[in-house]
Amino acid sequence: MLKRLGPSAVEAGAVDSPALFPAKLEFNAPVHGTWNIVHIGMLVPEAHQIYVCGVNCMRGVVLTAAEMAARDRFSCVVLKEEDITRGTVEEVTYEGIRDVLRELDARGELPPCVIVFPVCTHLFLGIPMGRVYRKLEAEFPQIDFVRAFMDPISKRRLIPDKRLRKVMYDPLEALPADESLVCLLGSEFAPDADSDLRTLLAAGGKRLTSIHDCATYAEFKQLGRAGTFVSTFPNGHYGAQKTAERLGRTHLELPLTMDYERICAEERELCEALSLPLPSFDREMAACDEALNKAHEHIGDAPIAVDAVAHPQPLGLARLLLTHGFNVEEIYLDGVNGEEADVLPWLHDNAPHLQLSSTILPDLRVAPRTRAQKTLAIGPKAAWFCGTGHFVNLVYGGGLWGFAGVRTLARLMCEAWDTEKDTRDLVPRKGLGCVSCI
Amino acid sequence: MSRMDRTYRILPTYTGDVSGACSALFELGGMVVIHDPSGCNSTYNTHDETRWYDHDSLIFITGFTEREAVLGTDDKLVTDVVDAVRELHPRFVALCNSPIPFISGMDFRAIAKKIERICGIPCFYVRTNGMHDYVVGAQNAFAAFAERFVSERAVRKSTANILGVTPLDFHRAGAARELRDFCESAGFGVVGCWSMGSSLEEVSHAAEAQVNLVVSATGLTLAERLRERFGTPYVVGAPTGAFTEPLAQALREAAASNECAWPCRDLRAKEPDGSHVIIGEPVAAASEAAAAELAGAVPLRVVCPLEVKRNLAGPHDVWAAGEHEIEDACRLAHVVLADPFYQEVLAPGTRLEPRPHLAFSGRNALGPTKSE
Repeated sequence: MLKRLGPSAVEAGAVDSPALFPAKLEFNAPVHGTWNIVHIGMLVPEAHQIYVCGVNCMRGVVLTAAEMAARDRFSCVVLKEEDITRGTVEEVTYEGIRDVLRELDARGELPPCVIVFPVCTHLFLGIPMGRVYRKLEAEFPQIDFVRAFMDPISKRRLIPDKRLRKVMYDPLEALPADESLVCLLGSEFAPDADSDLRTLLAAGGKRLTSIHDCATYAEFKQLGRAGTFVSTFPNGHYGAQKTAERLGRTHLELPLTMDYERICAEERELCEALSLPLPSFDREMAACDEALNKAHEHIGDAPIAVDAVAHPQPLGLARLLLTHGFNVEEIYLDGVNGEEADVLPWLHDNAPHLQLSSTILPDLRVAPRTRAQKTLAIGPKAAWFCGTGHFVNLVYGGGLWGFAGVRTLARLMCEAWDTEKDTRDLVPRKGLGCVSCI
Repeated sequence: MSRMDRTYRILPTYTGDVSGACSALFELGGMVVIHDPSGCNSTYNTHDETRWYDHDSLIFITGFTEREAVLGTDDKLVTDVVDAVRELHPRFVALCNSPIPFISGMDFRAIAKKIERICGIPCFYVRTNGMHDYVVGAQNAFAAFAERFVSERAVRKSTANILGVTPLDFHRAGAARELRDFCESAGFGVVGCWSMGSSLEEVSHAAEAQVNLVVSATGLTLAERLRERFGTPYVVGAPTGAFTEPLAQALREAAASNECAWPCRDLRAKEPDGSHVIIGEPVAAASEAAAAELAGAVPLRVVCPLEVKRNLAGPHDVWAAGEHEIEDACRLAHVVLADPFYQEVLAPGTRLEPRPHLAFSGRNALGPTKSE
């Protein structure tokens, strides 16, 4: 009998819609490896971020900057209750930002780029941010002002993360195109050195670049030379597409995936678009099968839990492992990424007892976080929920792309199986892969 | 017009009021619901709550949306809270506000009444809106909780409550235990420690105490309310160094005379010359300044960057708003006792003696962790 296992878990065989769980109160697990908008904004070299909000909201972002040893690139303008009641939010926003910049100027630290984050309060009060920017641009014409927004209340519009991954590239200009240069936009991580993306481009005499390669703002601006833009992360596609459109360049959407067919399709699209030699897909798949089979021999039938933090396509990841004999028992996720909605029917039919678990519903706060058997987790949230130290500490797919990414994952699974990590120490750290003082 | 009092070029802001409320109620067996779209709970448990990983306190956000805010769908909030109460059986529910419901004037008291009527457990509103510091939020939380759970009881001689204890001000392992030891060595059994290491039952017996010890500003409103309701005198100060024994004496005198006392403020007579400064939470900073003066050291100028001032400030203390006022207050200083993050705004050559403060530098105050 297939069933809903409680308010926060359901078996795949009982799922009939991508809306897995109801919207209820939300709990926040002490697992913070994902990047937030501060981490992402810090990728723009030499940029200075200014947030304008009340202290409670400010706390999370300002300490994110502090924990990544970047307090000198972050400033606050604090909104107070009286600003709401007296109607001075616009004035405080403009004058506060201006004061920060004047002070930085006086110290000889005026940045070339300022990313401004108004918040839900500005949205609800209808603060004319365009007017604020016009005044700031008139006083500081040498600065590129990036119009971000931190308005998590706007769940039906452009969410802050997606918006930032677009506007952070607004300062790029259409420089003379270098057709040998391909630029990745919208990702936390650059693809691994051995990733298919780099390998395929190199085989065709092209080079991959990204914001991760830029040490200065001037270098960042040179990304406008790229002849082609690609994106791999779900929240990055929109910004990459808009940037490519604005600069009159080609955009290729190449989502991170662990599905052989999709990898083939994406690599074919890439190679055709850029006239690259096609790889031998059969050889690549055989190598992946070999790596996964070896990993399976090593790990055996031990229970495996996957989470949506580790990879943007956790369902496809689970399918890959299931088809290679692994005992995937649980997936921790709160919704289904539209890129893989079609994987649900496969799981429904082929892994009906696979458990899909929420990570935010209230009962999870008190749910047991131990497992009877040694469990392998792929992702930090699954590790926390399962109480295991055997986990792949991976966020949003890391630098895994293509068939090489599949093989790397197999290796990481074996390493995690062999070596126990200190979950208590690792998973609460923010922004995996960023500089961290914690 | 200058907005310098609102700008922080490099310093962080202190913990906010919502997190302060959560921290105050964390160990009392209730459920705290923050009516917020996203982020409040993550901010709180990431940076300001040292107990989150190891203790399953029921603190949630509602995740409310723009549509709900505009259309005023209070019923969804009620339904979601009621469902969670029925599932998790908390002892009480506390509702916290955030900026958007504050702007729309949502009636949390009415919602709390409705939830209480449906669930049959106490439900109350903690006045917050995300635009005040943690002292305000924790004060309001302690006071709102006491309003519902503390009632008249026979006073027991030689007993005390300790008021204003959260990890935000007392993050060091063993700090709450040391406060209890202090009370006991001063001759007072501890009725309840608000709120670390005491159960809901223990703190709800607060009216039994002969005297209250306010060890941080977060406990001040509660002390005032207990004074109003039960006549319990309170003493403001935190034991430290040479101030420890005078504080114990003040506690004994207050119990005997039924008069309130502010020894951390009143035992400092000398006017500081500004060469030595202490920045921090007002009771902690004033207590350390009192200890310094009593020990014959150079008098410390107390600089407080937090909101609540009433009765806490001595004649020479400075309440600083914004980074510039803090810089100004330290301009003449040779030595500053403060959280290490303040080093950034001190003049070159000024020596900082570290006083890590979780409510300021968050997890950075805890020191380095193991490396990966």
